[in-house]
Formats: sequence, structure tokens, C-alpha cells
Amino acid sequence: MKFNGKQKLVIAVTGLNAIDSPGPGVAVIRAIRECPDFDVRIIGLSYEALEPGIYMHDIVDKTYQIPYPSAGIEPLLDRIRDIHERENIDLVIPNFDAELFNFIKIGPQLRNLGIHSFLPDLEQFEARHKMELYEFGKKHGMLVPADRLIYHSSDLAKAAEELQYPLVVKGKYYDATIAYTSEQAQKAFNQLKSKWGLPIIVQEFINGIEINIAALGDGEGNTISVVPMRKLYITDKGKAWAGITIDDSSYTNLARKFIKATKWRGGCELEVMQTKDGKPYIMEVNPRFPAWIYLTAAAGQNQPASLVKMAMGEKVEPFTTYSVGKIFIRYSWDLITDVSEFQIISGTGEL
Amino acid sequence: MEKLKYERPVIKKLITGFTNKFGSQSKNEAVTHIESVNVNELIGKYGSPLFVLSERQIRRNYQNATRIFRTRYPKVQFAWSYKTNYLNAVCRVFHQEGSWAEVVSGFEYDKAIANGVPGNKIIFNGPDKKDEELIRAARNNSLIHIDHFDELYTLIKLSDEYQLKPLVAIRVNMDTGIYPKWDRFGFNFENGQAWNAITRILNSENLNLVGLHCHIGTFMLTTSAYAIAANKLCELAWSLKVKHNKTIQYLDLGGGFPSTNTLKGSYLPGTDTVPSIDQFADAITDVILNYGFKQEDLPLLILETGRALIDDAGYLLGTVLANKRLSDGRRATILDFGVNSLFTSFWYEHKVSPAQESGQHTEETILYGPLCMNIDVIRENITLPLLQKGDRLVVHKVGAYNMTQWMQFITLRPNVVMIDKDNNTHVIRNAETREYIESAELIPPHLTNA
Amino acid sequence: MRLKKNIATSEAGFIFNPGTGDSYSSNPIGSEILSHLKEDIDRKELIDLICSKYDVDRIQFEKDIDDFISQLTDNNLLDD
Repeated sequence: MKFNGKQKLVIAVTGLNAIDSPGPGVAVIRAIRECPDFDVRIIGLSYEALEPGIYMHDIVDKTYQIPYPSAGIEPLLDRIRDIHERENIDLVIPNFDAELFNFIKIGPQLRNLGIHSFLPDLEQFEARHKMELYEFGKKHGMLVPADRLIYHSSDLAKAAEELQYPLVVKGKYYDATIAYTSEQAQKAFNQLKSKWGLPIIVQEFINGIEINIAALGDGEGNTISVVPMRKLYITDKGKAWAGITIDDSSYTNLARKFIKATKWRGGCELEVMQTKDGKPYIMEVNPRFPAWIYLTAAAGQNQPASLVKMAMGEKVEPFTTYSVGKIFIRYSWDLITDVSEFQIISGTGEL
Repeated sequence: MEKLKYERPVIKKLITGFTNKFGSQSKNEAVTHIESVNVNELIGKYGSPLFVLSERQIRRNYQNATRIFRTRYPKVQFAWSYKTNYLNAVCRVFHQEGSWAEVVSGFEYDKAIANGVPGNKIIFNGPDKKDEELIRAARNNSLIHIDHFDELYTLIKLSDEYQLKPLVAIRVNMDTGIYPKWDRFGFNFENGQAWNAITRILNSENLNLVGLHCHIGTFMLTTSAYAIAANKLCELAWSLKVKHNKTIQYLDLGGGFPSTNTLKGSYLPGTDTVPSIDQFADAITDVILNYGFKQEDLPLLILETGRALIDDAGYLLGTVLANKRLSDGRRATILDFGVNSLFTSFWYEHKVSPAQESGQHTEETILYGPLCMNIDVIRENITLPLLQKGDRLVVHKVGAYNMTQWMQFITLRPNVVMIDKDNNTHVIRNAETREYIESAELIPPHLTNA
Repeated sequence: MRLKKNIATSEAGFIFNPGTGDSYSSNPIGSEILSHLKEDIDRKELIDLICSKYDVDRIQFEKDIDDFISQLTDNNLLDD
């Protein structure tokens, strides 16, 4: 499909929680809306009644609540079918880690309904999971901190011997702490175990400069866009508060290598730690756009808009340059609404 | 004037950050029939609670699984895992379909014989086989899967004493990359124990090593573990051929395929995440076919699949006894069945459906059983329509392990009926009576007048 | 028995307590009962009213209305 003239696309987007640790949805929409090549009607898909995007009526045209990911595929598909009947959705862009499994699985059914998406397949999605990442890096020649899966606290000592303190002790899904001694490691093990269950992941501690890279793959192994950002300041939750685009081919090359190896389809974020001796370690791969994705548009590589085009079947040429030194500074803004809007979205599931 | 349809009045606080209306469970569609039989009529006729098994679904499951394996591999045999559900009617459906029997005790062995299974189609597993049971199994040409060295030496001794020629396999445990490792059963692969046992059998005069067996775990969610297990069994079979020119007749990959129930603590529902039998079959048969055996030397592939063949053929029907409001305002619903009947509610978040049409409104509730025990919880939290006393519920996928692990505790076990393929219902186990329970009890003379 | 004066109810079944900022939703019969509770009404009157209109066993409704009222009380929606 070519975008001859202006055409109105109906795009459904999740991740409207533009709160202190924001979801990417609002930033994705902002980037898409800025693209001059198409007109859009944005359908917000929300989980909770207080996601700010629901109430940002110049960003989101209409919002529908959708079932939590834990409800599974069927209820999600039912709900999207209902929404589709009313809105005639062209494209859906999910932005939460926890919902991606479901959206990838229902991809073919959505396609049958006429709804496009542009997501990695399940195999790619699983390969970047944190319990598989080390093996993945080993296979493709990318540096990933060594880790061990621990089921018994008695195995901690052996892992510590191999990996050396300090260690990063991580939960299966979330949470991580740095342990400098076996006592700290033990304590972290017990806490994480009771919170997230087993196994616990014990990882080599890598010290260095934290770089985040937003990248977009076409699913054939080509990198359409890659923009590295260095965090300038972080919140107490470790999220970027401000960041700047930087120019270093070791990062762009790393992202290209990752996308080539996985044939990644869609957006992703590589969290990279650059050690003092200049080695970039991949710490984590997020299988979706990051919350700071608008910076890619501001720097001249509008990744969300490119994803829209590819999803709709247009061939997109890889970007070659971006502006270095573009800074984003996140700020908060108190949006005002009325209890009636809150009641409608929470009571009827749409606004 | 005709009166309007009533629904209990409810008020719900709109809490931010909690389940939304499109929430936490798939649609609460009423399940009014099992196969084509009406739930209310079933309860009316056989009482509540009531276990119901669909013969049609059992046969469908069996035929589907055998088709999947046989289209990939030339020689496949299923053996019904008795412990999963050993109601005789259920076992006989499987045997009619062509399934062998897989038993883990003398009691189960006797059941298989009584169900008409020929001795040479019974696989005798487990760590507890008494001398007389071993002798009988050997005389019947049953396949004795040896679990430990003590059993191996016992069998050698008995074979000498009683001139037996037992057909044996060893159970092998191994590291397949999963946790927990089931290394308490059988002989370990990695440390050479399994090979030692094999050598000892080959050096015995009377034991005939016909197979290799493993059973790597239960409710396995990864297919790769089966590929590893198949590979390790193939490695043993290959060494037997190369070093002793001995062709092994079968590889038994055991059981462990999951049903689509949702395990407690999993984030996503089992229906979406559990690998299909096709995926397990691919993992196993790819390894064996590509290992390098000559076509005529390909071993028979035996599977002891239990849960995946029976779970979704079983339903538990029950009735709401009461509604309650707990001290913190949460709603609780008391049902006429508890963990005594539905043992698997300790492991699963069972899907529960209302058996009658209800309004759109739903509420979150805890489902309690009727026992006077704090642990008697069927679901910690479930969203259901507004239920009234006397309403009926259907619990899904209860066919595996409940009708063997249920407890006679506080109350009696209910009727079990089977719906045949023409939708006729048959009681296959009568509800228990006090007389039945007490029939095994004796009263010492000095207490008879108490 | 009476709903607090400042409680706002809407036709769609929403209830807003301006004293606490809490919002609630109810089903149609819940809304109907709330509208009756805007005027002072005693338990028996309310039961008569609903039971004459809806197909419900009187004892059943008594249990349900008591639970409903206790929910309203717990949430501070009724005049003391």
C-alpha cells in the first residue's frame, strides 16, 4: 500500500499510562500524529481507569478498556472484535511487555479481521527473555552478562564463586538488587523468592555507562532505524528523566547485529552497559518501543510512523542519519477532568 | 401484571487500579449441558455434587493423540496411566481404543488384569513391587520397569528360585534442564548408574532387557526437555547395539504432558500457554527418527500419557449452598463440594462456569467448599455472575487425578456418571454410603455396648 | 433509612460521594433501590415495593436487601 495523498488510518494503541514510570503509548501516538504522510484516528486501549492518555482528548480520540493480559487470548480477541465492529481498526500497536504474548498469538486472527500489527514472532520474543538472553548472546557473539538460575539458596555460593561478587540478584519477572556479600545475596534470594517464585537469576555485575538504544527492524533482518540515547538523569526508579541522542557506531552496530540475528520485526529497546574498557554489554532487550520513543521522531527518525507504514505494507528505506545532541526532558502536567469522565470509563469501559 | 426478572442488587466501588469490567476471566457463559445432557437434569437424577465424564471426549482425545504420534513415527503405543483415573469404566474405554495399561502398584496391576488387559500389555512401574507381585508379573510376561538396584537383585534372585524369564526395562532419570529433577526414581543417566544397571541385567541369566523407560516430570511446559530425554534414551539404546549387539524393543517416554488447566501462580491461562501434543510429538519423534537407527531397528515408542487424555473429559457439577460477606467486605460463596472431592483445586485455578443464564453483572467472590476446614478453598478469587443459593456450577477439566486422589473426609464421595457417545448416562461409581465406609471397620467386643 | 443528602446518583447507575471522593456503580435494581432511598423509606416498605414489582421470593430479597444496606452502611452512604 502506498500513501498517495492523505488517508485516514484507525490505529489502536495501548500503554496510555503516562505516569511517573510511563508506558510508551502517549509518546508513540505523538510521533504518529506528527507524520505528515497520513491522517489518523487514535483508539486508546486501556487497562485501568486512570491512565492519563484516556483523558487526553487531543491525543486519543476514543478509549476502550480491554481485559487484563492474565485473562488470556479469548476475552482479548472478543473485546477487540467488538471494538473493531465500531471503529474499523487498521492497525494495533501494543506497548506493554505483559500483553505482547497475547497480541502475538492473536496476530493471525486479527489479520483475518483486517487488523494489521507489526510484531516479532514468538520465537524472537522468547529469545530476548532475560532467562534466555545469555545463551542468545553466546550464540550470536554479543556480550551479555553471565548468569545462573538458582533454585536452592545453597547454590548461591557456587554461582558466586564462578561470577564473583558483586552480583546482581534478579527476580524471575521484575526486581533486581546488587549484592556485595553472601549475606546480602542470601537476603535478596529469600525476598525475591517469596515475591516472584523460583528460579532466581544471579547475574554478573557490569559497571559502566548506561546507554539505551531504540531500534526498528523490518522482519527481514534489516534495521530501519536505530537511535542511541544516553540517560542524563534518572528518577529514583531508575527511569530516564532526561536523555540525549549520541553518536557512537559501536551502539548502532550492536543494534543492527541484534536485529539481523533475530530478524526482529517491530520496535525494540536495547539496554546496554558500556564498560570502562569500551565493551558494550546487552543487559536487557525490551520487545517494544521505549517510553522515550518520541525522541527518535525529534531526532529525524520517526520510528512509530515508520512502523505504521511497514505494518500497512509500504516498503520503508532505512534511515541513515539522525540529529545528535537532541535532548528530551520529561515533565509532568496535571490534567484536569471531572468525576463524570472517570465514572464513564470505569463503569462502561469506554470514553 | 407480570413481574420483572429479579437480580440481586449490588453496588461496587470504582477502585482505581483494580480489575475493570472487561476483567479477569473469559466470558461467564452459562454451561447448561455436558455433551447434550442438561446439567440440571443430571443433578436432579444423580444428586449434587456429581462427577461427569464424557466418553466421547475421552475417545476423541485418545484418537487425536495416537493420530498425532502415528503420523510422525511408525510404531507407537499408548499405555493408560491407571493412577490418573482408574475407574474401571474409564480404563475400559482406553483399552477398547487399544491402549495398554501402565500401573504402579499391585492393586493397580490387579485392576488391569480384571479389566481384561493381557499380561504382556501391562507395564509395571514404581518403586514398590512386592515379591509375589514381581513373580506374577514375570509369569504373565508383563513389562517390569525396574526402579532401583534392590529391586533388580530381588528380581534376579526370584528368577533363579522360580525359574522366571522376566521381561524388563529400567527406568532412567536424567538432567533434562528442568526443575525439579525427578532423580528419586530409577537409575541416573549422567553418573553411569543406568549403564551399570543395564550391564548387570545383561549379565544375568534370566532377565531379558526389552526396553528403556523414563518419566521426566509432571505438567511439563517445555517440549525441549522431552527431546533431551529421548536423546539420552537413544544414546543408551545405541550403546547397547554397538557394545552388546542388543537391539532394544521399545523406548518408553513416560507421561507428563500437561492439560490446559491453569496452574496456580501462572500469569497467563493454560489454554494459551500449554504446548500442544503436536509439539511434544515433534520434539520426541524428531530425535528418535534422526538418531541413526536402521528402519527395522527403530524401537517401539511407548507413551504413558494420562492427564492430557482425560482432564478435559471430566466435569464436576455442584450447587451453591450459601452466600456470605466476609469481615473485610469480600463476597464468599459456599459450595456443596470442597477439596475433598476436587483435590486438584490445590494446584489449579479451575475454570468454573454458571450452569444457568444470568445477568451481565458480575462480582468477585471466593469459592469455599462445605468442609469445616479453613483450607477448603476452591478458588481464592473468581469473577462470577451474581449467584443465589441453589444455583448450579460446572467445574471444568477435572478428569485427571480427582477420582483417584479424592478423600473420604467429613462427608461421602458423590456419584460418578459417564455420558456415552449416544448421550446415555451411566453411573460408573455409586455415591458412597455410611455402610460402605464402615464395612471395613470392626468394633472390639468391649466397645460394642458403648 | 435514607441516602445521605449530598450523594449524587446518575441514571446510568453511578454514585458519587462528594464527602469522600469515592465513586460507585450499581446494577439497575441497585439504582432503583437507591432512588427510593433518596426519600426516607423503611425496610418493610422497600421490601413490599420491590417484591410486588419483581419476581423474587420475599425471604430471598430480605437477605439480599440486608446485604445491600450493609454495603451502603459500610461505605458511609446512609444517614446515621
